[in-house]
Amino acid sequence: MGKKNLLSLLILSIVVMILPLIINNPYYLSILIFVGIYSLITIGLSLLMGYAGQISLGQAAFFGLGAYTSGILTTKFALSPWIALIIAIFVTAGVAFLIGIPALKLKGHYLAMATLAFGQIIFIIFNQEITYTGGPSGFGQIPYFKLGKFMLDSDFRYYYFVWIIVLITLTLSLNLIHSRVGRALRSIHGGEITANIMGVNTARYKIDVFVLSAVYASIAGSLYAHFVTFLSPGTFGFSFSIALLTMVAVGGMASVWGAIMGTALLTILPEFLRIFHDYDILIYGSTLLFIMILLPEGFFIGLFNLIRKGNLPQSHLLKKLLETRR
Amino acid sequence: MTRKTKVATGVVAAIVVALLLVVSFSVWCAALKPYKVGAVFAITGGASWLGEPERNTVKMIEENVNAAGGINGHPLQVIVEDTVGDETKAVTAVKKLIERDKVLAIIGPSRSGTTLAVIPIVQRAKVPLISCAAAEAIVIPVKQWVFKTPQKDSDAVIRIYEYMREHGISKVAIITGTTGFGDQGRKQLKKMAPDYGITIVADETYGPKDTDMTVQLTKIKGTKAQAVINWSIVPAQAIVVKNMRQLGMTIPLFQSHGFGNIKYVQAAGKAAEGIIFPAGRLLAVDTLPNDNPQKEVLSRYKKEYEAKYGESVSTFGGHAWDALHLVILALRAVGPDRAKIRNFIENVKGFVGTGGIFNYSPDDHTGLTKEAFEMLTVKNGKFVVLK
Repeated sequence: MGKKNLLSLLILSIVVMILPLIINNPYYLSILIFVGIYSLITIGLSLLMGYAGQISLGQAAFFGLGAYTSGILTTKFALSPWIALIIAIFVTAGVAFLIGIPALKLKGHYLAMATLAFGQIIFIIFNQEITYTGGPSGFGQIPYFKLGKFMLDSDFRYYYFVWIIVLITLTLSLNLIHSRVGRALRSIHGGEITANIMGVNTARYKIDVFVLSAVYASIAGSLYAHFVTFLSPGTFGFSFSIALLTMVAVGGMASVWGAIMGTALLTILPEFLRIFHDYDILIYGSTLLFIMILLPEGFFIGLFNLIRKGNLPQSHLLKKLLETRR
Repeated sequence: MTRKTKVATGVVAAIVVALLLVVSFSVWCAALKPYKVGAVFAITGGASWLGEPERNTVKMIEENVNAAGGINGHPLQVIVEDTVGDETKAVTAVKKLIERDKVLAIIGPSRSGTTLAVIPIVQRAKVPLISCAAAEAIVIPVKQWVFKTPQKDSDAVIRIYEYMREHGISKVAIITGTTGFGDQGRKQLKKMAPDYGITIVADETYGPKDTDMTVQLTKIKGTKAQAVINWSIVPAQAIVVKNMRQLGMTIPLFQSHGFGNIKYVQAAGKAAEGIIFPAGRLLAVDTLPNDNPQKEVLSRYKKEYEAKYGESVSTFGGHAWDALHLVILALRAVGPDRAKIRNFIENVKGFVGTGGIFNYSPDDHTGLTKEAFEMLTVKNGKFVVLK
């Protein structure tokens, strides 16, 4: 995994474990819980996009599949949240596999459109299958997770639960990246034909990583369902897929660390900006704009380079802007 | 300057300073701790025609109350948060209000879905919530800490069906938005139709962001429907109105109480003429008889709001007016105690609001009957009481 990653992982773990002891306020904790839940999805998306170079505009649908499967199984069929979580993983993985076979034969914009369409279909199903999903009004009273006699119903407990899962996922993902599979994935990104000639089974790897990203999103969905305890289709629409994509892009596409940073930034920033009331959207938008102009490789990687090399990374947009002023 | 005048100036200055000190000290004493009330509205996003007037209304009331000396000497502070109509954002906003701002009560959210999402939080934190959303699922079954001010969906359906029965309409087509509000309306419409001898011959839906409903309406046109009921709360509902006229459909169009913002009429233009819908009396206050018990409250709110913001009042702002005034009433009577506020609101009787005359009880957290509705229609771009 490399020493640097191991060290970063250690630092993150310590920060994660200590943080709630300093800011023991359920409001801040619940924001950090959302950061954790979304991080699971964006780690998967970063593997898919940043490493394997495949775009997906359907992650919100996998997130929704996980959430709805968990929610429906626990409320309508009275299953334990743990069993529901596992079944949700299998359901989502199965769907991702079936969608992946034809969809991943497509490239670029066409793949984006196929995954987008898939997301819309799932969204429509959530809206129409009223007997199970409650339709547009959604449904509630989803139970909390239980660890023995320990109910995971407070923000404090749930925070640790979510973040331990994030840390495990992160460790597994870092291991994967630095393995033979990880190198194969990056070779697909570099050039699919070349990778094929070199003997990489690109079709299989692409489907595998697609399914993996869907599984991460499904786990995130289950965690969401048993935390908010209420689901409605609005949460899992197209705009959320875009939001996830933005998190990965802002943080830095080519690094799982970037994905987490981007997620944290884009989840915490709007909450912080609440103090500016009506101007929050304005400040939010310009912040994103500046990051993309000044640090086009993403917030995390750009900042990392800035600290190490002491200069701004090559920004084509910035260069062009300066040229036109001259 | 002589010595005498110097002394005189000194004395005057000393008196002025002393007076200033006394005044500021007394002001400092009088400035008691503010009463904090939270408000969560969909100020931006698809439901902004609900959230914006609600925000404006509570801000206006806050100003007026404080200008009149606050509540028992305590200033009123309304902390407004935007949900963008999104459940996750509503959840964090409500947590912020409870945990960081320590509000005494919460008004809103604007939409049924966001309200249902935050109910578990307020129930556990034991904070009174007065929702400005319509769906009956919010208060049925009764939840200890949750109230709402808008009229009931089922009462709106009853008023429409009663009107239809009187006018010999027995075959209707329904077209509903796929939002919490539209979905709840659809359920009520289907459930109650047999009681009024009405058959639903077409049941169509549309998404809140759809821009064309010709497909659904063409299907309806092919049926024997004598009227169309369009049940939605988002701006897309105005497109149904336009599309119907474009298709040359002449059967009467009924809308839900979610049509109660004049902006929807403006968006639909001429096509809106003749639409029939049930709504609170606020929209047609000018055509109300003077002896109506709500007339005074309604005209005062309308006058104040329109003078301040230069736009027409809507029923949604009215829901916020009712909710905040209920909280103010409670604060005046029992002071800053969440449990006492809740108990007080549960026993409010005869409160004259914009939505009707409220009578809450332990098994009724809506407080309104079907009499709160008046059948309205659109005439020359304005809402008037249907005669």
